[in-house]
This record gives sequence, structure tokens and C-alpha cells, in this order.
Amino acid sequence: MKEYKIIAEKDTRSGFGEGLLLAGKENENVVALCADLTPSVRMDLFQKEFPERFVEVGIAESNMISIASGMALSGKIPFVGSFAAFSTGRTYDQIRQSVAYSDTNVKIAGSHAGLTLGEDGATHQILEDLGLMKMLPNMVVINPCDYTQAKQATLAAARYQGPVYIRYGRPKVPVFLTEETPFEIGKALMLNEGKDVSIFATGHLVWQAILAAQQLEKQGMDAEVIDIHTIKPLDAEAILKSVKKTGCAVVCEEHEYNGGLGDSIAQLLVRNYPAPVEYIGVDDSFGESGKPMELMAKYGLDAEHIKLAVEKVLKRK
Amino acid sequence: MKTIKELESISTQIRIDVLRMINSAASGHPGGSLDCADLFAALYFGIMDVEPKNFTRAGVNEDMFFLSIGHIAPVWYSALARRGYFPVEELGTLRKMGSRLQGHPSWHSNLPGVRVASGSLGQGLSVGVGAALSKKMDKDNKLVFTLHGDGEIEEGQIWEAAMFAGANKVDNLVAIIDVNHAQIDGRTENVCDSSSLKEKFLAFKWDVLECNGNDMQELVSALQQCKEHTGKGKPVMLLMNTKMGFGVDFMEDDNGWHGKAPNDEQTQKALSQLEETLGDY
Repeated sequence: MKEYKIIAEKDTRSGFGEGLLLAGKENENVVALCADLTPSVRMDLFQKEFPERFVEVGIAESNMISIASGMALSGKIPFVGSFAAFSTGRTYDQIRQSVAYSDTNVKIAGSHAGLTLGEDGATHQILEDLGLMKMLPNMVVINPCDYTQAKQATLAAARYQGPVYIRYGRPKVPVFLTEETPFEIGKALMLNEGKDVSIFATGHLVWQAILAAQQLEKQGMDAEVIDIHTIKPLDAEAILKSVKKTGCAVVCEEHEYNGGLGDSIAQLLVRNYPAPVEYIGVDDSFGESGKPMELMAKYGLDAEHIKLAVEKVLKRK
Repeated sequence: MKTIKELESISTQIRIDVLRMINSAASGHPGGSLDCADLFAALYFGIMDVEPKNFTRAGVNEDMFFLSIGHIAPVWYSALARRGYFPVEELGTLRKMGSRLQGHPSWHSNLPGVRVASGSLGQGLSVGVGAALSKKMDKDNKLVFTLHGDGEIEEGQIWEAAMFAGANKVDNLVAIIDVNHAQIDGRTENVCDSSSLKEKFLAFKWDVLECNGNDMQELVSALQQCKEHTGKGKPVMLLMNTKMGFGVDFMEDDNGWHGKAPNDEQTQKALSQLEETLGDY
């Protein structure tokens, strides 16, 4: 299969920080707001470079979202940053009314998403954010897989006209994409062409999917691996094309089954091309404290579990 | 600037519009709409510097208004139509399918004058703060006005925005609270006592003015003072004392009229107390 090398180990939130800085240099209308987590969500780079375009809101996420919508009216492109649990769940009503329904050009950054937040525990480890955001009309939802893609996605969000939610993570994870890797909102990224099974993965699970495919190859199985960085709008064409070829799918995400990418893909397949699907995700549960990778293993979100899911789905073909 | 008499005449017409619109829709919120009719006449026909014929969402080099209490949309729609933002004939479509005059204001429906949706309470002060920050960044010296209810301020986000605006000296912002002491479940003092508003906002580093919001002379004078108080390092708050349902005797000071449409008979009775001025829509 196609070879991927670990170029470095970096957190996707740092990709956001770099991307935001670049977006700020590219367009003077880009402004940033944070709710007392500026270094944690890596907005300090932007803050230092453009202090006059940075707003420290204090610990008031709801206020931050609505202030951003007010700022957007005059043509500014506000990025708001907090932990994903607070920048989506806590502020859902503000996002719904002042951003999505009002179609204001606000970019919502949710850092420290998912189990990989680790030790802080379930209060902060949101596993529902993708579902919350994808249910909102007008909302684009992006979940980058590595540092480089996080940077690309942030820049793309700044250039896109309309509300966007982007999810980032806390731990350092493999960087395996390069600046030359294409990124387009709504366009799935083919990582490995295969014929036996389609593995659709998003966020931190993309690297795990590559590892799983490598192991499967040794067992004589040819897995197609596709990175679905944009949960909404979903690249229906790429997904259907792949499943029509392979006849089955495994969907991998650091998220609840309910409302996640798996839901979206299942809905697409049921309507257009029914095929067996297995899920890698969290089954109606909150997280807990622990080391990120230990938690991922415990909840079944790693290459080993993806491999088992592939073996299972192949038997259902 | 129109005379006080002219403004009073406009506010009367706005009240008539509100009653007809809500009666025709058979739903809506007459209480707050009626008691804010004087304010809307004063803002749109005297105080605010706006561009009705060239409405833009960006609101550059003009004053901007945000209705945080979206449920009193009828009074806003009437003022906007009477000021020339859209044809007055459209007022009759309130709350009907396909109308731009949604039950609560919507940007989605593309109605000139409305910039952000409102209805879910407590968000408008933050939105206004954001618009005011943008004006400061852009060196646009026009003002932002927001309108709230004394029930609405039970929402925590209002106080987040109040704290932020005071701490950050957002002094190109004039927030108005319609202090009518009425909300759905009863008198505000009984539902969740919101008294000592002046002291509360002073403690949040605001400049606070008060007036009778149903006395045009006093209201216009207070709003002019509010404008004069901007640019001095503090956001400006106008506590506008009104009576819910003002202008229709059987609705006055009765929270039962918060969100109930008058039937045909009640509408006729109410209209008989108001002298038609600008003509029916």
C-alpha cells in the first residue's frame, strides 16, 4: 500500500494556531476571540502578531459567540476559540441563533476534543460536538487529522464565506501529510486505494486507519483508506464510489456513534447503496480520566480495533 | 428631527399597526410592542442616523439597532416599514407562511432592517457589543443601540456582556431596557426580582440614565442625553420605565397581554382609543 511516514509528532491545535496566524496575515479582516484559554488553544501566536485584532472575552463563551456574530456583520472574519466542549455544547443556542440561522461568517474552533484530552476527564472530553454542529443548517464541520491538515483547514475556513466549526485535539500525534497534500472543504482525501473494504476515518483515527491497513495488507487484505476531514458537507460521491467498489465499510471516529460521521455515512449508504458497515467510535458513553492513548485503546479507538472491525465487516459481505 | 407632536403621531400609528398585525396573525406579542412604540418612533424618526433606502447588513457609517427581545418584532417591523425600509403593505403578512416578517426577527428572511436573528433571549447585548467593537476597529464613529426587557435580563448572558462592555469601555453602545415589570409568569419582582437595576449597571461600570418611556418629550430628551454620554469611556444604559400595553387601557400594566393576540372585538375596542394618523397599511 501507499507508504506514509511520520514526519513529526505535533498537536492539531498547533496547526490551528499556525493556520490562524497565516489567515491573519493573508486577510486583515480576520479577528480572533478567546475565552481565557489563549495559549491552550494556541491563539497566542495571533494575539502577539495582531493585538489590535484580538479580543480577550474572559470566561464567557456564550458572550464570545454572540460578540463574534456582531463583529462579523461589518465583514470581519471572527475565529472564536475554546475547548470543544465549551465552544459547542455550552454555546449551542448562541451558535444556533446568532451564527447558523443568522448565517454570520463566524469560525468556531473547538480544541481539546474527544477522549485524547486525557486526564481532565469527561467534563472536558466532548464526544458529541460533531453531531451537535452537523445538525445545524448552514454549518460546515471539519475534523482535521494531523497538524498540517489542521493548518490547511484553518486557512480554508478563513477563505470560506459562512459558519464553520473545526475540531482540534490536544495530544501530539503523527504528522504524515505534507503541505503539498491537497485540501478542499467537502472533498474527501484518498489515502490508499484498495478493493476489499472501505475504511473511512476522521481526525485522530485517520493515522490509526493507516496503521490498520498496513497490518491488514500483511494478512492479504487490500483496504481502501479515505480521510473524511469534512463531516459536512459530506463527500457523498467519493464515499459511494468507494463502497460500490469494496462492498463494505468501517467508519472510524473519536466521537459518539450517535450523531457522528458513522451516522452520516450510514444514512448515505442506506439511501443509495446499502452495504455492511461497522463502527469505530464511542457507544453512548462519557469518557474518563487517563492517558490519551490508554483511553483510546480502552474505548476501542485504535488500529487494533479497526483491524477487528474490518475482519467482522468482511464476513458480512 | 421631527417635532414631539409628530413623533407622538407616528408612535400612535405604530400602535395601530401593531394591533392590526397581531390581530390578523391571530398570534404575537402586543404588550411589549405597545409600550415600546414611543421608543421606536423616537429612535427611527429622530435619534438614530440610519439609511433606510440603502440598507446594508454591515451598517458602515450609520447607527445600528439590535432588538434583543425578538418577540416584540411587530413594533420593530412597523417602525421599519413606516421609515421606508420596506413597503408598509407587507406588514399584513406578519407570521404568515412565506412572509419576510417572521414571528421573531430573522436575517434568513432577508427583511431590510434586520441584521441578526433574535428571539432566544439574552443574546442581543453581546451582538451589539460585537458590532460596537467592529465600529471601533474600523474608526466608524456611529453608535450601536440595543433593546432589552427587564424580564430578559434574567438571562445570564446579559451580565456576561454587561461585564465585558464595562470592563472594555465599549462607549459607542447605548443599551435600553424596557422596564415594564411584566413577564409571562407575572411581575418581574415576583418572578425573579430584578430591582436596583441602576446600581447593578453602575457596579458593572456603565453610565446609567433613566426616563419615562411613554412620555415622548422625556424619552427624546433622555435618548439625546444618552448620545451625548457616549465616547466617554463607559457603555450607556437607559432604563426606560413603561407600562406594558401602554396606549390601550384594557391592556395597560397587565402581563396577560405579553403574548396574546386581541380578538376582533378587542382589536376594534383598542383601535377606537387610537387616532389613525398616517393611514392603514
